[in-house]
Amino acid sequence: MNFEEHAAKPLMALNGITVPPSRLALDPVEAEAAAAAIGPCVVKAQVPAGKRGKAGGIKLAANPAEARRHAEAIIGLVIGGWPVEKVLIEAQTPIARELYAAIVNDSASKGPMLLFSPMGGMDVEEAAAADPAAMRRFPIAIAHGLGAATAHEAISGLGLEAVAPALVDVLLNLYRAYRSLDAELIEINPLVVTPDNRVIALDCKLTIDDSAASRQVQAAALAAPEQLTVLEAKAAEAGLKYIELGGEVGVLANGAGLTMTTMDVIAHYGGQPANFLEIGGEAYTKSKVALSILLENPNVKSLLVNFCGAFARTDVMAEGVINAWEDLKPEIPIFFSIHGTGADAAVALVKSRLGIEPFDLMDDAVKAAVAAAAGRVQP
Amino acid sequence: MIPRRADRILIQGITGKQGSFWSKAMQDYGSTIVGGVNPAKAGSEHLGVPVFASAREAAKHTPFDVACMFIPPMLAKAAAIDACEAGAKLLVCLTEHIPAHDVMEMHVAARATGTRIVGPNTAGLVTVGECFIGIMPAFNDRVFRPGHVGVISRSGSLGTLVSLNLTQSGLGQSVFYGVGGDPMIGTNSADALRILDGDAGTQAIVLCGEIGGSAEEEAADYARSMTKPVVAFLAGRQSPPDKKMGHAGAIVSGGKGDYASKRKALEDAGVTVADLPSQIPALIAGRLTAMASNNAARTPS
Repeated sequence: MNFEEHAAKPLMALNGITVPPSRLALDPVEAEAAAAAIGPCVVKAQVPAGKRGKAGGIKLAANPAEARRHAEAIIGLVIGGWPVEKVLIEAQTPIARELYAAIVNDSASKGPMLLFSPMGGMDVEEAAAADPAAMRRFPIAIAHGLGAATAHEAISGLGLEAVAPALVDVLLNLYRAYRSLDAELIEINPLVVTPDNRVIALDCKLTIDDSAASRQVQAAALAAPEQLTVLEAKAAEAGLKYIELGGEVGVLANGAGLTMTTMDVIAHYGGQPANFLEIGGEAYTKSKVALSILLENPNVKSLLVNFCGAFARTDVMAEGVINAWEDLKPEIPIFFSIHGTGADAAVALVKSRLGIEPFDLMDDAVKAAVAAAAGRVQP
Repeated sequence: MIPRRADRILIQGITGKQGSFWSKAMQDYGSTIVGGVNPAKAGSEHLGVPVFASAREAAKHTPFDVACMFIPPMLAKAAAIDACEAGAKLLVCLTEHIPAHDVMEMHVAARATGTRIVGPNTAGLVTVGECFIGIMPAFNDRVFRPGHVGVISRSGSLGTLVSLNLTQSGLGQSVFYGVGGDPMIGTNSADALRILDGDAGTQAIVLCGEIGGSAEEEAADYARSMTKPVVAFLAGRQSPPDKKMGHAGAIVSGGKGDYASKRKALEDAGVTVADLPSQIPALIAGRLTAMASNNAARTPS
């Protein structure tokens, strides 16, 4: 789950991190009113994507009229594929220094990691790539949490002595927010020091673990909607992972690894997969709803069913596909390759109810599906 | 850390639908299950073995070496810590979608007790013809036949396909090592390579990787030191960046973990990378033949 700035910042404030006063506006009139209440402000596009400043989505406004004009220009922009539908009107903050702080899940240490850089701002990734020392990294023992000594070390030797206590507090609070929110990533960039030595989070990027959604109900309600096509949203509703890919060969396979592989093999033989659609794991009983979603994609010219059942029973999946096929009566050709758990029963079902002989070799099924999608006669 | 028939296995969640189905399959294949866990059914018997309230309770009555979890995601952390504290040497964690912070705490517990975790989100381990732990179709003799090729896979379904291909070509397998599709797994592909490198029954290894993360790069580092041939297949060449392709670990982000860089890392380390799973058996056979003739050339007659 990703969060837009206006949703993430109040969660930081709840954890004791100072953020500027702000108000969300859905149109230029609201932006003008918000600016009248807040004073000199920044008009910030609200999308769950980075590089907003470079895309023209962040502008300074000295007065309400200017805020309104900026809002008119920003709302309707498309940033990182997201249409901008709202802006945050935020009080301007005087900046002495721009820092960067983040806590992320680190696969290598299998624990949290604190990241800190004195070179915050728009180009921190480039700065860190050019000079790895510019990004300080501290693995955190999750059993003990982030200690004040580590936080002190992170900020030491950078001329930040005057704000050290406040900065250490921010880092400790950031870690507390990370843990209490089941975050995968919390990034404050920039974390600014004001000329009067206050420490303020000017932006916040937050990603919460999807697997923790059931115990993060309050935060999850504030998450940005996923950018899904109509069919992807329908699949998500049914608890299925479906991604549209633009090709002509519909793919129905079990398990993430086999599904990705099936897409690769289709491309190898000159076709293009229409979708990623996984019905393995606990979803293996959902092949009927999966197939009906897949067939609603008008680009699909042939369908490849590739099962290699381990946990997932191919007989249960095949029966679901056959039921859906008989209900929907699609006018495209379907090709099967079925192996693994329950394969004998699955193959017998496909033969008896659809009169189709599954291919013994997956490659042959893929070649046939690719040829059919291209309108070529099957060998 | 290759499962043996003598290894005593405790099944956490043995009485559930999946726990029962797969425990029975493991028993039929030759695995030694000595007990199960379900707090609501402690004191009863299931599949011919006693059911305990916890792994710690089980350890007081029935020593065990391996714990295997059929436990839903939100309860997995507690079950895993229980198994570690009860003294499991190996914990096979099949559960997918465990919150990442919980997984981190599981790894802390395992480090403290010296438990090796396989997974989370693994399909399990098969010592072909001997025993299995998990949810692989070990018992299907069109997929698994005793042989000398070790198979390592992040994915159960792809591992099944590759094992099937090996069986269809008459090669068979020694061990299937499912490492799991999660980003933070206890035993990674490099660890599994090292384990199979040390297995006398394994002559060559197939590594089934995926886009995302750095597991293949780390495995490549280890493969450089090996004499046993390694053939790899990498899934996800056609997957668009920044989309999670089912497995939480299978995502290319910011250009890291993409297909080309993984393939290059493996090839630079002497690993043969197959374009298609169906090419794997011939590539394995070719590498074994080449090694045999090299050895023959070096042996004075």
